[in-house]
Amino acid sequence: MTVVTVQPDTVAVPFARPADRFRGTFWVFGVGVLGLAGGVTLFTLAVTFIGLIPLVVLVPATLLILGWLRRYADVRRLWCAERLGVPIARPYRPEPTGGWVRRLRWYLSDRATWRDLMWLLVDATAGFTLAILPATLLGATAFYLVYPLLFWVTPRDVFGSPFGFFMLQSWNQTFLLWPVAALAFGLFWTCTPPLLRAYGRLTKSMLAPRDRDRLTARIAHLAESRADTVDTQAAELRRIERDLHDGAQARLVALGMNLGMAEELLATDPDAAQELLVEARESTGLALSELRALVRGIHPPVLADRGLDGAVRALALAAAVPVEVSVDLPGRLPAPVESATYFAVAEVLTNVAKHSGATSAWLRVVHEDGRLCVMVGDDGRGGADVVAGGGLHGVTRRLAAFDGTMGVASPIGGPTIVTMELPCVLS
Amino acid sequence: MRVVLGEDLALLRDGLIRLLQAHGFEVVEAADNGPSLRHALLTHKPDVAVVDVRLPPTFTDEGLRAAIDARREVPGLPVLVLSQYVEQLYARELLSDGRGGVGYLLKDRVSNVGQFVEAVRRVAEGGTAMDPEVVAQLLARNATSAPMHQLTAREREVVGLMAEGRSNAAIAAKLFITDKAVSKHTNNIFAKLGLAQSGDDNRRVLAVLAYLNS
Repeated sequence: MTVVTVQPDTVAVPFARPADRFRGTFWVFGVGVLGLAGGVTLFTLAVTFIGLIPLVVLVPATLLILGWLRRYADVRRLWCAERLGVPIARPYRPEPTGGWVRRLRWYLSDRATWRDLMWLLVDATAGFTLAILPATLLGATAFYLVYPLLFWVTPRDVFGSPFGFFMLQSWNQTFLLWPVAALAFGLFWTCTPPLLRAYGRLTKSMLAPRDRDRLTARIAHLAESRADTVDTQAAELRRIERDLHDGAQARLVALGMNLGMAEELLATDPDAAQELLVEARESTGLALSELRALVRGIHPPVLADRGLDGAVRALALAAAVPVEVSVDLPGRLPAPVESATYFAVAEVLTNVAKHSGATSAWLRVVHEDGRLCVMVGDDGRGGADVVAGGGLHGVTRRLAAFDGTMGVASPIGGPTIVTMELPCVLS
Repeated sequence: MRVVLGEDLALLRDGLIRLLQAHGFEVVEAADNGPSLRHALLTHKPDVAVVDVRLPPTFTDEGLRAAIDARREVPGLPVLVLSQYVEQLYARELLSDGRGGVGYLLKDRVSNVGQFVEAVRRVAEGGTAMDPEVVAQLLARNATSAPMHQLTAREREVVGLMAEGRSNAAIAAKLFITDKAVSKHTNNIFAKLGLAQSGDDNRRVLAVLAYLNS
């Protein structure tokens, strides 16, 4: 599961200016009223249709309503982030592909669905109360401010008792209510920002993923990437075994045979023996070059010699297009990270050469904030994509083993920039 | 001719000593690790050194570094570097002082004894001996970067063979052209790369260096 944080592009403190209290008040009042109406409606609908699941015919309607519920919660998450500066992550599991049954199970087995339902109730009650408080205080201010006017224009007994128990005797006395208006306004002025924040926090406490869910998602991700890693490693070992078996081992067998025959022929037919010896020497050369290629694929010697810095420079030199390299690493990376990064860069550069049609490329490696960041860009035609089974997909899997990520920005027409990030410490 | 050898594998070291002695070289010292190789290079100042890239104690490019350091102390000290694999990066580093007397060959090339001994001699005389595989890596690239793109395909071929350390006569034989044609190509190459008239050998090294840097 990916936890996508809804993050506004601007602002950390919304409604920051003093005058924003009024806008904030109207906004939260609107949201509160909507929360009451929408919450009650959606809750009723959702509970009814979940109850009606046994009538199989209505399942599509149930799915539709549960979809609305999520969208409704998502909109509120977005609003909280944009207007209240309270970003709220989505807690849902990734959407499955498949039929009604799977989707229904996906909705019902996710604890987040039930928490969303709970939230509807909380939002329609506690949330609503919080949301209308600033508007109520502002309303009270206005009401007591215009009270003398109301008292004057209406029959005496309509607005005769401002608090229900205290009878006003004359118009002059109504001005005694102005301090009450001042008090209400003071309360409004000081309480509105905390009330807005409280509303945001209340929403967040109901709609954000819980630590437990976060951990569950993390474990699921780790299990998946570990399985991937194990698979990849097993496949690599099989490939190495096959390469050795068909390559170097077979050549050595042939070599031994040639030498044995040469030995036999040495006395009787020196010319033929010499021919066999030449053949034997050639076959050592072939065996060696195959072993070299194999070693490069396991752990390139230049990486062992020079670390990532030297190794990516060597890669850039060997690339089919000129690559401008800049590396800024104050220390040495852990060996597995070095190796994964090296092969990732090699794959990306190969892609540049094969598919981009670029005439030049650049490569940047930096380490900051405990993360290694590698960027590869080219001036090619763009349109690069991560397809299952493709080279870039392999890179993603390779990096996932280290909690690393890869992003590809490649608009049609270029340029392409591949960004790889993985957490690691320098030694 | 006095030779210092740097090789940690006993089997190969003994083989190389035997091979070199059989061809009239005098092996003054055979070091089996980086520090003692450094020491040997600086004390003996041999006519040529034959050095394995990877040596103890670090088992990284200790031998290469020792050779480059020694050439800084003793400019132009002829060094032939042997390795299980070739890296264009290392070839560039070896040649970067522009003095020649540098070889960089795959270890397998030793098995062709005649060519290997010839390469050792050539390096001792201040020439170059780049492994054909280094050259092949370069030819595989689109030579788009300046100044190499000014050269014609034929001229790039010639400079590649120069990198391997072949003489004009050998290049002529390999490409099936006349000696005169080869010297015309080499002069064109020198002119295009902006290498002024001086010792011919040095210009060859600089041309190769420009080639490796492309």
